[in-house]
Amino acid sequence: MKKFKFPMRYVPISATILVFFVVYLIGIISFDNFGSPRVFLDLFTDNAYLGIAAIGTALVILTGGIDLSVGSIIAFTSILIAKMVSSGCNAMIAISLALAIGILFGMLQGWLIHCFSLPPFLVTLAGMFFIRGCGFIVSEESIGIKNDPVFSFIQNDLTIRLGKGLNLRFIVMLYLAVLLVAIFFSHRTRAGRSIYAIGDNELAATLMGIPVGRTKIMTYTIAGFCSALAGVVYAIYLKAGNPLNCVGLEMDAIAAVVIGGTLLTGGVGYVFGSLFGVLVLGLIQTLIIFDGRINSWWTRIIVGLLVLVFIFMQNLITKISKSKSKSH
Amino acid sequence: MNKTSNKFRHLVWPLVSLALLLLFNAIFTDNFFKIEIKKQESAKPAVQTVVPDNLPAAAGEAAAQAEAAVQEVPEQAQTSAKDSKGVSIFGYYLYGTPIDILNQGAKVMVLAIGMTLVIATGGIDISVGAVMAIAGAIAALLISLLDAGKCPGAGMGPEFYWIIPILAALVLATVAGFWNGMLVAGFGIQPMVATLVLMVAGRGVAQLITDGQIITFDNPGLVFLCNGHALFLPFSVWIVITMYVIAGLLTRKTALGLFIESVGNNERASRYAGIEARRIKWLTYVICGFCAGVAGLLAASNIKCADSNNAGLYLELDAILATVIGGTSMAGGRFFLSGSLVGAILIQTLTTTMYMKNVSPAIVQVPKAMVVIIVCLLQSPVFRAKVLSIFASKAAKGGVQ
Repeated sequence: MKKFKFPMRYVPISATILVFFVVYLIGIISFDNFGSPRVFLDLFTDNAYLGIAAIGTALVILTGGIDLSVGSIIAFTSILIAKMVSSGCNAMIAISLALAIGILFGMLQGWLIHCFSLPPFLVTLAGMFFIRGCGFIVSEESIGIKNDPVFSFIQNDLTIRLGKGLNLRFIVMLYLAVLLVAIFFSHRTRAGRSIYAIGDNELAATLMGIPVGRTKIMTYTIAGFCSALAGVVYAIYLKAGNPLNCVGLEMDAIAAVVIGGTLLTGGVGYVFGSLFGVLVLGLIQTLIIFDGRINSWWTRIIVGLLVLVFIFMQNLITKISKSKSKSH
Repeated sequence: MNKTSNKFRHLVWPLVSLALLLLFNAIFTDNFFKIEIKKQESAKPAVQTVVPDNLPAAAGEAAAQAEAAVQEVPEQAQTSAKDSKGVSIFGYYLYGTPIDILNQGAKVMVLAIGMTLVIATGGIDISVGAVMAIAGAIAALLISLLDAGKCPGAGMGPEFYWIIPILAALVLATVAGFWNGMLVAGFGIQPMVATLVLMVAGRGVAQLITDGQIITFDNPGLVFLCNGHALFLPFSVWIVITMYVIAGLLTRKTALGLFIESVGNNERASRYAGIEARRIKWLTYVICGFCAGVAGLLAASNIKCADSNNAGLYLELDAILATVIGGTSMAGGRFFLSGSLVGAILIQTLTTTMYMKNVSPAIVQVPKAMVVIIVCLLQSPVFRAKVLSIFASKAAKGGVQ
């Protein structure tokens, strides 16, 4: 009889899902109404933009790189859209332009990283400074989006009403759709598998004939697109743009990816895990808001500790699987 | 090429950039290089009191203080006129934009010293900004407790007890560095990830210390750190010089520097050669934490308060940029402390130039980013080879014709 063995590679993601349910259970036990479907749905609504940004971050981290420009691109796209719409431009044109800029910016970063072998950390860091400054050039103050037909159409007609006070908003559906596409892309397409191969061992990938340069530039382009899309979602969510928003969001996205079971060295992990990483971050925030007594800065400390726990767990797993492969 | 030119080759590009920037200022900015000798206003080490009327727009944070100080000037000028008879040459100090650049750049310079050593071992420390916030928070908390007499040591009087918060902040920052070192060297976690933990959690800890408040203080001893003057120069510059000299002696006059470079080059080979690679790495993180503590004290002293949310925000990035601009490779194995200082001065000169040209502080980031990319490209061997090959092919074509 074959003994059932739980594959080692599923341990981190199972742990993430377990953490999610444990935290959720704690919430339900401690507070009335925590288990209501509305709270659960709001978890998605409030974190849809972070989730979309985390997808791009997850792909970049899978190649062994890093993208620090996420928060700044979100701020830039949201303020660009708000500025254009408030000065009378069609919202669809504004959104398309914002997405195009995100794609081009991601491509530029990928090109600099690959073609001149500059460290991803530095290039995206400079990108972060650059694009946030550009946001301030567009406008130094927050701009609201009022009475725009496209935005009110998204707000009113593209919302599925599941019940009283239960609205499945467009941005949530968009997030889940993007997530599904990204999961399919990363596991079922040649380019997606190349990402894993490069993250695992770039030299080996090159020797195998995988187009390393093209794949890397593509990954950063996708990350730029995801960040810009997150900016669009953010503008829809807040109905406003502000160049000061989302400072340090890239770190939340990275934390979500790490908690979601992706190894920061690259090559190991699942885009799907980022969903639960984001949900865990959102749950912790919701719990602290529900409690009301705990100060909000505990969020940062708890998130930091969670990241630490997951890093330790992954280190342990890597060591165990290494020693196993040696013994064979 | 002879040896001396090789020794200073890494300094060429940052120095050229700095020279270009200074040239730009010499042509387009009035009074940029004007340095005045000012008289120390009061005998006790106090706030920078003199603000001349022709002050070329001081950097953002200082502006509010400057306004307050301008109003105080006449009153204090009178008192100083009385005192000035007995003032020695040490009562004078230099005043002007270049000095201001050094003073404002002191934080990043201090951070860059620690960061250079960490990067030289092939690591990175992205938590220094958060550690700065922690150091500032504990110093401000302790000084407010001491002022209220609720802390042992308050009996020493306000002239002396400022030493307690300074020591506490430095100890706490060193412990933070020890923690980072433990994760990296002790548990073998990648540096970027290990320091990410403290970066995420550190600001929360700082807010926990200050209870979410912005604690202000006006203890002369603490304020002196970043606002006082000694021997012609701002006191913060002397702190930088002292730390640079100590770090330079430690790394270049003992074997430590060689060990650090060796670990950065090849950790396993260094271990086989009998170097305690782990301990060396651990030590660099401890030093980096200490430097972050000093920078945190300077930051808090500069604005006379501890702001856990904004103290040292993004300064880890500035420190890394300064290090890389200075010629230290991110891959480790080679480091230049002097280069990092030049890099930090370059960044601060750029920022101050922008302020003087009335550019909004938020937009300053755009040219900063471009300078960073350009300097990185100039240092990238791949970029150089590509540019050289373009020139070579042109030369070849010219030869054929």
